[in-house]
Amino acid sequence: MTEFFQHLVNGVSVGTIYALIALGYTMVYGVLKLINFAHGDVYMVGAFSGYYLGTVGGGGQPSFIRAAYITLGAMIVCGLLGYVIERFAYRPLRDQARLTSLITAIGVSFLLEYGFQLTPWFREPVPFPPGPSPRFFPTLLDFGPAPSLEFLGVTVPKIDALGLVLALALMLLLQHIVYRTRFGTAMRAVSFDPQVAGLMGIPVNRIISMTFVLGSALAAAAGIINASSRPKIEPLFGLMSGLKAFVAAVLGGIGNVPGAMAGGLLLGVTEEYVAGYTSSSYRDAIAFAVLILVLLLRPEGLFGRATVEKV
Amino acid sequence: MSDAGPILEVKDLRVHYGAIEALRGISLEVSDGQVVALIGANGAGKTTTLRAVSRMLRPSGGQVRFRGEDVTRLPSHAVVARGMAHAPEGRGIFLNLSVRENLDLGAYLRRDRAGIASDVERAYTLFPILAERRAQVAGTLSGGEQQMLAVARAMMSRPKLMLLDEPSLGLAPQVVERIFGVLREVNASGVALLLVEQNAHKALQLAHRAYVLETGTVVMQGTGRELLASPEVRKAYLGE
Ligand SMILES: Nc1ncnc2c1ncn2[C@@H]1O[C@H](COP(=O)(O)OP(=O)(O)OP(=O)(O)O)[C@@H](O)[C@H]1O
Ligand SMILES: [Mg+2]
Repeated sequence: MTEFFQHLVNGVSVGTIYALIALGYTMVYGVLKLINFAHGDVYMVGAFSGYYLGTVGGGGQPSFIRAAYITLGAMIVCGLLGYVIERFAYRPLRDQARLTSLITAIGVSFLLEYGFQLTPWFREPVPFPPGPSPRFFPTLLDFGPAPSLEFLGVTVPKIDALGLVLALALMLLLQHIVYRTRFGTAMRAVSFDPQVAGLMGIPVNRIISMTFVLGSALAAAAGIINASSRPKIEPLFGLMSGLKAFVAAVLGGIGNVPGAMAGGLLLGVTEEYVAGYTSSSYRDAIAFAVLILVLLLRPEGLFGRATVEKV
Repeated sequence: MSDAGPILEVKDLRVHYGAIEALRGISLEVSDGQVVALIGANGAGKTTTLRAVSRMLRPSGGQVRFRGEDVTRLPSHAVVARGMAHAPEGRGIFLNLSVRENLDLGAYLRRDRAGIASDVERAYTLFPILAERRAQVAGTLSGGEQQMLAVARAMMSRPKLMLLDEPSLGLAPQVVERIFGVLREVNASGVALLLVEQNAHKALQLAHRAYVLETGTVVMQGTGRELLASPEVRKAYLGE
């Protein structure tokens, strides 16, 4: 029973990471009907910005302020990155065939994956051949001699618990933004019909930009949360997490905000149970088995509705 | 409330869909406070005209002046910000949002909460069924209810000019009466209307001026009364 709960806790912890990333996929898909395949790499850039923010000038002592500064800093950097990607990679191609944007997304993805094998300091010599050399994410918080919580025999590192709380808080905040604010209503209107949204006076391009900023900031937060508990980061690690988060978004019904959250959690927990009770080498296969099952049995996702339109 | 200066001037408007030229140089005018009807057979270019005026699509030539300003190159959200509302063909209701959210989006550019709330109440009074359905997702409304919502939503921005694309399409006769009653009232309060209607008889009765379109050009124009009396119009559009 203890083992069961331990897996649940681990699964939820990983699941919230998937969920945070999946939100970006789903929101962007909502407003642009584009699968932003570079989104997993934005998640990676989130962790890397945290790393550079945390190590530049020799770093500093772990503290709450420092953790907050690095997390917010990474979210801002990635928010800007999301803005730039949309503005300069996707917007000029908005009127072209869908495939053009998709290929561009893959190009942006490569650019980030391989660009981040270099360091941002121009004077440093480039190692030859450049490679995905792993880096170690700095410790943001020091919990002293008792770094883990324990209850009912389940062990949870405090940093994971904090990450979980932060992730859930961000999701609640996003849920509020999307369903309770003027911006969120505009975003849902754009995702339903951008042309008519324009007729309401909604600046459609600005809403699309903001959607990228929001989704990218969430991905950055996920990158920081993940790197705080698994500090080894490298430029290619966004690929797999990105793909899995994409599966989570499809699982919840792509374009559906609560669906992405549920899909992420569900995928994280499923993975953890299957890997925990069988073999951990199945972990990655599970996500894609889930994807295939969803596409076969319920292509609109668990929470998506087959669209009803009245004529 | 007729014959003030023009609130809308369209000059030699051209629109292409790929290689198809849907508008071949349309010119028309709406005077402040007037009702102008646009009639014509299916495919004549009525919807395209409205879409080019509100910049839902980019004209390939010509000019649109709204309240004295050239708006031909503005994005649609900037055009509507200058006081135009467009209830598009097919109603354009956000089926994923509630009735109330649809109405609120009509007032997206307004900041006066109290004024918006009172306009929502007015919409509910004009169309009581919308009040009953206010919290419901608009996708669950009947076609006629969606049509009422489209007209109500277009009023929410307090426009100076409303473009209406077949607001009575597919409605039961009493509902058509209700919509035309509302439009008459809206116009009486000083709002100009550019009205596209299949129901040419009703449109021409309401209109101060009317234009007849045929394959992307204006083939006839005059006062509503003149066109109602014209034998060609009676034959082609009034089914006589
Ligand atoms: N998106 C489009 N792509 C290509 N051609 C189009 C498009 N929209 C309209 N057309 C063509 O442009 C012409 C004018 O169409 P429009 O919709 O303006 O006609 P309409 O007068 O509104 O007709 P209706 O009374 O049937 O609504 C038609 O020949 C139509 O086939
Ligand atoms: Mg039409």
